[in-house]
Amino acid sequence: MSGADSWEKQVAAIADNVRRRVLELTIEKKGCYLSQTLSSADILATLYAKVLRLGPSQAPMIPPRFPGVPGQAGAEYGFGAAYNGPQGDGFDRLLISPAHYAVAIYATLIEVGRMAPESLSLFNTDGSTLEMIGAEHSPGFELTTGSFGQAISQAGGIAMARKRRNEKGRVFVFMSDGELEEGQTWEAIQALAFHKIDNVVVVVDVNGQQVDGLTKEVMNIEPIDARIEGFGGIAVRVDGHNLGEIESAINNTSHDGRPLFVLAYTNTAQGVPLLDERKPHLHYVRFADETEEATYKQFLADWERRAS
Amino acid sequence: MDVVNKVHEHNLVAWAKDRPDVLVLSGDLTGSTEISLFKQTYPDRFISMGMAEQNMLSWAGGLAREGFVPFLHTFAVFLYRRPLDQLQMSVCYPNLPVRLVGFLPGISTPGGVTHQAIEDLSVLRGVPNLTILEVGDATDVESVLDITEDLPGPVYLRMLRGEIPRLFPKSERLQLNRARVLSAGSDITLLSTGLCTEEALRVTGLLSARGVSISHLHITTLKPFSDPTVLSALAKAKQGVITMENHSTIGGLGTCTAEMMAEAGIGKPLMRVGIEDTYCQGASFPYLMRKHGLDALGLVSAVEQLLDTKLAISEADLDAVRIEQAASLSAEQLEAL
Repeated sequence: MSGADSWEKQVAAIADNVRRRVLELTIEKKGCYLSQTLSSADILATLYAKVLRLGPSQAPMIPPRFPGVPGQAGAEYGFGAAYNGPQGDGFDRLLISPAHYAVAIYATLIEVGRMAPESLSLFNTDGSTLEMIGAEHSPGFELTTGSFGQAISQAGGIAMARKRRNEKGRVFVFMSDGELEEGQTWEAIQALAFHKIDNVVVVVDVNGQQVDGLTKEVMNIEPIDARIEGFGGIAVRVDGHNLGEIESAINNTSHDGRPLFVLAYTNTAQGVPLLDERKPHLHYVRFADETEEATYKQFLADWERRAS
Repeated sequence: MDVVNKVHEHNLVAWAKDRPDVLVLSGDLTGSTEISLFKQTYPDRFISMGMAEQNMLSWAGGLAREGFVPFLHTFAVFLYRRPLDQLQMSVCYPNLPVRLVGFLPGISTPGGVTHQAIEDLSVLRGVPNLTILEVGDATDVESVLDITEDLPGPVYLRMLRGEIPRLFPKSERLQLNRARVLSAGSDITLLSTGLCTEEALRVTGLLSARGVSISHLHITTLKPFSDPTVLSALAKAKQGVITMENHSTIGGLGTCTAEMMAEAGIGKPLMRVGIEDTYCQGASFPYLMRKHGLDALGLVSAVEQLLDTKLAISEADLDAVRIEQAASLSAEQLEAL
């Protein structure tokens, strides 16, 4: 087995566990942002386990209760990022833009050893920081981005500040394709290119799905690569379930003086083909009745048996 | 009374000299918001953000998270109306030290309705973590940046440009959440903000001469609004209270005052001089002040209504008034009254 094979196997196992963990949670909680997890698990696992230069987590394995909002209770901004390790020269940053992907982030943190598995029972419970739509106190989050299109602009400010200090380390933004419909996204790309912010890498989960259905039927955003290039960025299309392609596009694309966009095309039912028949209405998956729920329970049981 | 030109333009450059973390972000209104000299003096700290306010607000949040202190310069209206969500989620929720320097407040713009920030206070007073300040003269402008330095969270400034009166002695610096007490009296308490204070000063002397005893306070902090000096002046008003502001009567100074009076159980009539729940046309500031009753004559008529009397103050009387610099009354002076 070659070295390359070994990292990909390891990352694929992480992604597989993330998917299974969130399917389990979906059954337990009678609904969850499952399809977003299925489409993004390979991207997030590749980022956390292969690409990102992160130090050890600075946060407790089991997240403490919500300490209060910044400015009022003395809580600090952005402390969910402590799960990504220390900030500063040499370290990469990961900014989560679509906060609806929170459960995928939490599950990934667990699989890469930055949070305890039992933490997931806190998901979407009162007083917990593991909110359903995360914010900057939630594990793995540095920004408050449930209102879309704001992370990429904030990344611009953060990356510009780091350049001014001659800091090494990239600023990654994980985005969803639906956010490309927001005008602010294009204001940000224009500004990143204008100010030559090339320490920003945006990875987009192009899963082609939004609340109302297929993105192409709700509001067309293609051709994404040509649009981004037209605004001054560098865009690379990859298969978002091919770990080697994701990693190579991030690390081997030259983008001096320009922000890099890796467009990872994905499948919202990846790993759980049962969900294919429910497409395209997968924004928030809950099962229609007990029969359907039983089918998924059986699917999960088989999956767990295979995995062990 | 002196009139001073481009106060902010020069003050900002001097103030930022030894503050390397201070950055200026421009929304394509560099000359119009008095930051040309900053751009010329510190080109490396001047960041052009173009006409893209949503991005500018969030970008500023990113810079502030990294320890910089961004001063955003554009017209007031473009800081809160279009990018309100960005202002709230990228700046105010995380309580970041972003300074929003908003020019041409209320109807003081040569632009029309699109440029008139007449409800910024109504909108922004409800935003947690935000401090709101409004300046009324050159001394206020010169000292307001110092006030921001002690505030860890975001600040919204209703700023003035161009030729500005110096109403208050240069040595009497603006203080956070502390009114300037310009006169003390017992019949009426008058609270004014921004450019309305100069108009009010045209009237207060004439009122005294006609036997109306008036307490006049110049307000610069609209959030928080908890100054004990203000509360005490409101409580002392025998006939009632008048507020005067270059803003809608809903949600600004008049509303702050009503809340304070109601909470303290001060059961006196309150007259709110301001823009009465309407959009305004684009026209000159004096014309619009007259039309909406925000000028000296408008205040005279509010006093007449409150006292149910005619004061026989003509436009010629008001024109003849020469405003002298108004030193604030000290705590000792107030105590002695």
